[in-house]
Amino acid sequence: MFARSAALRAAKQLPGVVARRNYADMAMAFTFASQNQVFYDKADVKQVDVPSFSGNFGILPAHVPSLAVLKPGVVTVYEQSGSSKKIFVSSGIVTINEDSSVQVLAEEAVDVADLDLKAARDVLSQSQSAVSAAASEEAKAEAMIAVEVAEELVKAAEA
Amino acid sequence: MFNRAAVLVCQNGKCFQQQERGMATLKAISMRLKSVKNIQKITQSMKMVSAAKYARAERELKPVRPYGQGASAFYDKIEAAPAPDKPKELIIAMSSDRGLCGGIHSAVCRVIKSQISESANPENVAVVCVGDKSRAQLQRLFSDNILFQVSEVGRKAATFEDAALVASTIINSGYDFGTGKIIYNRFKTVVSYITTEQPVFTADSISRAEKLAVYDSLDADVIQSYMEYSLASLLFYAMKEGACSEQSARMTAMDSATKNAGEMIDKLTLTFNRTRQAVITGELIEIISGAAAL
Repeated sequence: MFARSAALRAAKQLPGVVARRNYADMAMAFTFASQNQVFYDKADVKQVDVPSFSGNFGILPAHVPSLAVLKPGVVTVYEQSGSSKKIFVSSGIVTINEDSSVQVLAEEAVDVADLDLKAARDVLSQSQSAVSAAASEEAKAEAMIAVEVAEELVKAAEA
Repeated sequence: MFNRAAVLVCQNGKCFQQQERGMATLKAISMRLKSVKNIQKITQSMKMVSAAKYARAERELKPVRPYGQGASAFYDKIEAAPAPDKPKELIIAMSSDRGLCGGIHSAVCRVIKSQISESANPENVAVVCVGDKSRAQLQRLFSDNILFQVSEVGRKAATFEDAALVASTIINSGYDFGTGKIIYNRFKTVVSYITTEQPVFTADSISRAEKLAVYDSLDADVIQSYMEYSLASLLFYAMKEGACSEQSARMTAMDSATKNAGEMIDKLTLTFNRTRQAVITGELIEIISGAAAL
């Protein structure tokens, strides 16, 4: 037994031998911020689910490095204590780095508990009427983006 | 200066005393005193206003700092370098429209001036002036280098929409730059700020970075959207830092202006009293000598 562990230790010291990475060793330094609020700053969390244009995916520590653009939707953060937090984001970017640090930068982010369903429905109807009233292609595209955000807002507020 | 209260003028053997000298200087001193007192009131109220704005700017800066760090973390990780075959440079000067804030605008413009003068090809450097003050300072020597200018900066607190507007104007201008940097004043403490540069990269230099291969499932769309969003985030961060530094510098400047005005008021009050006493003494002497002559 001691010989095996001694051999392992010796193997770890040899150059060129890469120590096996354990998923539990890497802590995720999770930063989640919007323009006027910081939700997490280099926090250690278990998992983060993000809605992105390349699909909804969950990020665990030691996730392959990637970049993604956020879609309007809900970001779910599973903390180490087991509790989870749902935060609605309008848009933004996600960076997953090699050292397991994750940065989610949102343009507008609000806790789902603070959403008012009626206000969300009002925003949806307003943006839908803006689509039909849109004059130029650009205005129409902007209005459709607003509709997309509003639809996700209503979905998040209902949940 | 005000010691000559009365001057004896001898004419035709008779002596007249010119009283006007003493009276005129008394009025002049009191006018000066009133105007300095008004100025002190103005600088004091400006100090109060900028103290309130500074408190708000510092509060808003707290959550934006991790935002700015998060936006620039990716570039540090991939060690993005400027594209060697694109010699054009873009410098974004972060200042504002309002003055009376110490050396804020001059600090930013000084760095830009020295960089343009020292660069090998000054005509390849384009400057975006955010704020009228930086434009005013750079226009004299480098008006050809100014790409565009942003005004109405500094009156209200900066929002992400403003930064997004500047970012989209930069991208839509079609200026194909290889390296970019934002020159802004980073807020350190109430009495100090430091002029720093923040590099910004293009989608091209991101795709050329060696370490980008580590990142999975990236296509040109994602990189372009990422670059645009992080440009807006970095601009927003620089705007917030600049606003906080400006308000704290204005507060300090108005505070020292108020103190200086106070010192001037003390000195002027002493001189005023001395002159007043001299005038009264002079009148007394007149009366006494006049009575003695009768």
